[in-house]
Amino acid sequence: MDVLLWGIAPYVSMAVLIGGLIWRYRYDQFGWTTRSSQLYESRLLRIGSPLFHFGILAVVAGHFFGLVIPMSWTEAVGMSQDFYHFNALFVGGIAGIGTLGGIAILIYRRRKTGPVFMATTRNDKMMYVVLAAAIVFGLWTTLASVFLGGHGHNYRETVAPWFRSLFIFQPDIASMAAAPFSFHLHTLVGMLLFVIWPFTRLVHAFTAPLHYLFRPYIVYRSRDRRGSGSSPSRRGWAPVGTPDRDNRRR
Amino acid sequence: MRVMAQMGMVMNLDKCIGCHTCSVTCKQAWTNRAGTEYVWFNNVETRPGQGYPRRYEDQDKWRGGWELNKRGRLKLKGGGRLKKMLGLFASPVQPELADYYEPWTYDYKNLVDAPLGDDFPVARPKSLITGEDTKVTWSANWDDNLAGTTEMGHLDPMVEKVRKESADKIKFEFEQTFMFYLPRICEHCLNPSCMASCPSGAIYKRVEDGIVLIDQDRCRGWRQCITGCPYKKVYFNHKTGKAEKCTFCYPRIEVGLPTVCSETCVGRLRYLGLFLYDADKVTEAASVPDDKDLYQAQLDVLLDPNDPAVVATAREQDIPDDWIDAAQRSPVYALAKVYKIALPLHPEYRTMPMVWYVPPLSPIVDLLRDQGHDAEDHGNLFGAIDELRIPVEYLAELFTAGDSEMVTGVLKKLAAMRSYLRGISLGNDPDDSIPASVGMEGETMYEMYRLMAIAKYDERYVIPKAHVEQAHDLEELGCSLDFDGGPGMQDSPFGEASGVPTPVAVETFNALQQRQTSDAPGGRETLRGRVNLLNWDGNGVPEGMFPDQPRDDPQEYDHSDGEERR
Repeated sequence: MDVLLWGIAPYVSMAVLIGGLIWRYRYDQFGWTTRSSQLYESRLLRIGSPLFHFGILAVVAGHFFGLVIPMSWTEAVGMSQDFYHFNALFVGGIAGIGTLGGIAILIYRRRKTGPVFMATTRNDKMMYVVLAAAIVFGLWTTLASVFLGGHGHNYRETVAPWFRSLFIFQPDIASMAAAPFSFHLHTLVGMLLFVIWPFTRLVHAFTAPLHYLFRPYIVYRSRDRRGSGSSPSRRGWAPVGTPDRDNRRR
Repeated sequence: MRVMAQMGMVMNLDKCIGCHTCSVTCKQAWTNRAGTEYVWFNNVETRPGQGYPRRYEDQDKWRGGWELNKRGRLKLKGGGRLKKMLGLFASPVQPELADYYEPWTYDYKNLVDAPLGDDFPVARPKSLITGEDTKVTWSANWDDNLAGTTEMGHLDPMVEKVRKESADKIKFEFEQTFMFYLPRICEHCLNPSCMASCPSGAIYKRVEDGIVLIDQDRCRGWRQCITGCPYKKVYFNHKTGKAEKCTFCYPRIEVGLPTVCSETCVGRLRYLGLFLYDADKVTEAASVPDDKDLYQAQLDVLLDPNDPAVVATAREQDIPDDWIDAAQRSPVYALAKVYKIALPLHPEYRTMPMVWYVPPLSPIVDLLRDQGHDAEDHGNLFGAIDELRIPVEYLAELFTAGDSEMVTGVLKKLAAMRSYLRGISLGNDPDDSIPASVGMEGETMYEMYRLMAIAKYDERYVIPKAHVEQAHDLEELGCSLDFDGGPGMQDSPFGEASGVPTPVAVETFNALQQRQTSDAPGGRETLRGRVNLLNWDGNGVPEGMFPDQPRDDPQEYDHSDGEERR
């Protein structure tokens, strides 16, 4: 069972995430959007959305810090376990609560604002359940360690080594299996989130427009002349382009 | 010098009767889809009036266009790149549906289905967004023909400006009022601020003809372009989550046809043609310090297509000969730069708009005539143009960043033309002192009159075709033939917007083929028991063609298989 959960499932979820992203990028660029609902309602959005998004960015940074950077490194620069732990709980807790508050506002808005609710697909609802579950369980692991007294569970000795071992394809199943149930649950829901990621509106995160900071303001583009003479592409794998370009290719 | 070609449009506002035909045909052609109910690529505003969306010209609020920073360089009014990135999660300045209007339809079904009663059934308005009952309180042309101006006239941002700057007040009393119509499409600017605002880089300007388009595949719905465009001519399709805008009907332009709005304009007030311009000079021209110099700077960017040096450079830079020829015959170049009677809309936004307007003389003619003067006499007209400061200042706020002298000059040319040609039509000798009084030759004035009054179809629309070698590829039909049950019609797991959009021609092609090849009468399933007579193919008696009758003898009235019975 442990092998299945901590040895196989992570790779399956990664494969689905990466394969799904590639497939969607090639096949469904037209559906690749934030599907913003600001046109319908912006008062609540203006509070909830930045709260959620900045919160989740901080949470991602925290995960990076906790999972990728080994304990020995932080100790080497003289960061004590207590200090690390306090930071993780304090900063992580604030970010987590902000994120949870943000998503709570957003879900409330989605349910209570007529037009926004009408524009919510089943896919969105499913995504919200998984996303909210991941956040709630994640926050639970953090808060539990506060209220359980002591330092709680040191995930940097169990979850983090396992996480790093995944990338060298020698999963350290035993150390993950030793982690408490709350961490197991959070990790599983996390993997589920990665699996559905490419197939929901969450994909917009992967096209965060960082290149905007560097590109020239004015974009010139030629009416495309590629395409004539090339063999037709297989269905579902047509390269992306403007619709007029597509027309010419088919 | 980097010579580039730009498709441009000129609208002669004197001829606009505000019939909205352009808006309606444009909407039918481009935005009659779910998600674009409120989208008007072309709209016609009555001025003075708030415009669409409401008060879009108030850039202190909407932050559209460019401004100069302290060092005198261009900067987006909505904020730089970093500020835009921080505003991605909830765009800080964004028109909501309330600033446009909540699109609606009517519950026509109730007219037919209402039970017998004492009252006449009514078709109640239903919101197209929520499907609920709604109260219609605003629309794209709610203040049409100055409707409600006595209460709301002061809300026009340009009226506000004129009032601030002028001792006289714009009055909305009946006797003193003036109005004209302003049809608006995307300006296809040389220095577009929507493009500069787009985080994804999905908005681009075509090298060949300067048409500004949004790549629907690359747009991610960050909606910064909507803030960026000072004309508010980029709209958010709330079903697909992508931005959409006027395409200058590029599929038509590419094959040499005028845009839908131009083609269907009953007043024939639109002109289409090419400008040649120097792309290297655009930024410099857009950043001249004084707003009032922007019009002249914009004229200076346009190159003279008859100048041999320009022609030689254009050839060197691969502009085809037929395009250079079209640029030389371009009516828009003539109106904008030769006769100098077409003015850009709001040059102070510094986007270098390429849809130009001949300002209307009619408000002045009307006022003059109403006061019992001879409104064709150039002396009277000149006097009135100098005297009637309010309409002139208002026009100046729209077209020359408040420089009323420039507008006065244009209006005087129009007045002189009116008076000069009246003399000629009455059989008098041409009075060359009239054109001379506005610095024109009699012959030039006559040519200008020809272009403005009697130019035929191919003189008003000088559109070179997109390059023939690829022309057949552009036809949409090319793809509809090998289309096999594409993804457009089915429900996609990612929501209705996903997958490759089905070109309109494919839908029509399939529908037509189905109707022509099937034996069954059309429209049985889709209309749910009712018949749209416009689509009826005369093939049998579809269900629901006649209302249900009291069934004494079911065989008599059952029309469901009427074909055999007849």
